[in-house]
Amino acid sequence: MSDDNKKDSTPLISIKNLYKVFGENEQKGLELVKAGQTKDQILAETGDTVGLCDINLDIYPGEIFVIMGLSGSGKSTLIRHFNRLIEPTAGTIEVGGIDVMKLKDKELQEFRRHKMSMVFQRFGLMPHRSVLQNIAYGLQVQGVPKAERQERALQWIKTVGLDGYADKFPNQLSGGQQQRVGLARALCTDAEILLMDEAFSALDPLIRSEMQDQLIGLQETLHKTIVFITHDLDEALRLGDNIAILRDGILVQQGPPVEILLNPADDYVEAFVKDVNRARALTVETVMQPQVCRIASETIGEAVAQMRKSKHDFAYVVNDDGYQGVITQDTLENVEKSDYSNVLDSSLLEDVPAVQGDALLETVIPEMLDNVLPLPVLNDDGQVEGNLSRATLAEILSDQPSPDETQSNQA
Amino acid sequence: MSDNSWLSEIPQLDRHQLLDIRKTLDGAYRSFSREYGDSIEAFFDPLLTFLIWFEKLLLSSPWWLVIGVLAGFAYAASRSWKLTVSVAGAFFLIGFFGMWDNTMRTMSIILVSTLLSIMIGLPIGIAMARSNRVQSFVTPVLDIMQTMPAFVYLIPVVMLLGIGKIPGVIAVIIYSVPPVIRLTNLGIRLVDKEVLEAATAYGASSMQRLFGVQLPLAMPNIMAGINQTIMMALAMVVIASMIGVKGLGQPVLKSITNQYFTLGLLNGLAIVALAIIFDRISQSYAKRTLQSFEGK
Repeated sequence: MSDDNKKDSTPLISIKNLYKVFGENEQKGLELVKAGQTKDQILAETGDTVGLCDINLDIYPGEIFVIMGLSGSGKSTLIRHFNRLIEPTAGTIEVGGIDVMKLKDKELQEFRRHKMSMVFQRFGLMPHRSVLQNIAYGLQVQGVPKAERQERALQWIKTVGLDGYADKFPNQLSGGQQQRVGLARALCTDAEILLMDEAFSALDPLIRSEMQDQLIGLQETLHKTIVFITHDLDEALRLGDNIAILRDGILVQQGPPVEILLNPADDYVEAFVKDVNRARALTVETVMQPQVCRIASETIGEAVAQMRKSKHDFAYVVNDDGYQGVITQDTLENVEKSDYSNVLDSSLLEDVPAVQGDALLETVIPEMLDNVLPLPVLNDDGQVEGNLSRATLAEILSDQPSPDETQSNQA
Repeated sequence: MSDNSWLSEIPQLDRHQLLDIRKTLDGAYRSFSREYGDSIEAFFDPLLTFLIWFEKLLLSSPWWLVIGVLAGFAYAASRSWKLTVSVAGAFFLIGFFGMWDNTMRTMSIILVSTLLSIMIGLPIGIAMARSNRVQSFVTPVLDIMQTMPAFVYLIPVVMLLGIGKIPGVIAVIIYSVPPVIRLTNLGIRLVDKEVLEAATAYGASSMQRLFGVQLPLAMPNIMAGINQTIMMALAMVVIASMIGVKGLGQPVLKSITNQYFTLGLLNGLAIVALAIIFDRISQSYAKRTLQSFEGK
């Protein structure tokens, strides 16, 4: 889905051949990396640490791009290159057509003020400023007059649900509340790009998922471009339109969540993916069988004819009002030939509930258990676009990929 | 001398060489002070005028006004009635035992020295925090300033400027400025990296970072440094009185030479009282800046 958009639009953030070597002599380290030496070899030889190695990324406007990796994989280093909190050793970073590497100090300052804002893992709030002053910080730095910045900050306090906390200090708030302040501060500058560095990692699981919901909710109205760093694959799958997986400073795989989940690029990604609760990460339409037999006929005779042509032993009956029910081959065969001209009415149909294509697998399990027949999958317009059988669901949810699935992966 | 005497005795310059070195250095410094003494003195003239004005102000104001203002400061800094009343009581007792004028003189020189120490110390501390090179250069200088016996650096100051208030102030500052420099440096370096990074990420300029984040967050440490600076300035009062600084130090000095035990004790106690008062006021102010972070 988002792949189609990509072809039309140009990336907002584009990173090419980015390298970062930490150490006394970055350039020498860089030569060694480019010569193909491993991280450990370079560390032994020069004492330099390779932070990032040949990173290429394109991030498109309006998407949530998740960069995932374990600690030490270089994800926090990478996100700090976007606004040049860390200087790369080599490579180019382009944001909205601006070559960030070419910016002078003053221009970089302006760039940081207006183009990007950032949310930090440990919040990075200023303990000597009240909640309101913290949220208004970005505007204050820009030189926005006090009355205006307070008004704008107050609106964001409301949006993130911290009404009444304006005059409190960060230390008086809980972790979740503090990060809401961090989020409001980032949104308050109206920057196009939001950098979130493990923004929810320091929070309790319950608060974390609450914050994720809030972020998704905000994103629906704001359409920011969000770069989100996390070490939690569940979080990545939940939030990300696209996911990039980093390992030891190397980009291992990049793509939409489903692709990463179903086609892990290597053992490392696979190990990650293994623990994911697929029922909670995948939607029905990503796993359904698209081939179905739809019967739109009025009479039983036509239905029998259509059923014979199809290789399935059941069919979904649809009319102008949408999906009506399921009819099986057995039912049709039991009908007397003389009744073939009769109207195909609901008495012949089995009442099988339909599921929405964008529903999570988890939510359809009860219906699945109540019905032997495969469930019809409806798209946004109410049209049947596929079916979901017990066998398919079982294959997806069990650890072992079924034989056909591995074949299709290789294809 | 036998050839291998260096085994039993440390090799040493002979007397004449040592004398030459001393003569050369002393001569050079003497001619330097003859040459530039006047212009340096002229440079410090405004400071002297200010010192004299401030001392006169304290001496000529009615005693109840001075006590009132000090008690007001105490209350403003601490919001504690207990401290305020103690300050007023202590000053009243000092006056009651006949040490009012000397106490005012001492206080004026201490306050001016502290003010100058802060004005000199803060920028140096900030510079140290920003550059490791500056830090590695300044730290040993501070060590020397704090360990060198005060009398030793009194000599060149007196040679250059004679005796009086200005050399006194300079001696006090040399002795008392290191804590405020050290703790400013430390305080800024201890500021949470992520908070500073956040400021940078939002496009704060280096001045906005300094005044908006680093200095406010370093304030508890800086206040501790200022407190130490005041304490060390008070400790210099007696030594400064040896080069003609009037105040509580002079009676102490007099009582050492004449063995007036009670006079010495009373003036010593007055110095202690001043020290405690300044300490409590500045500490409770530091505590309040710290508390404001917790929003209490």
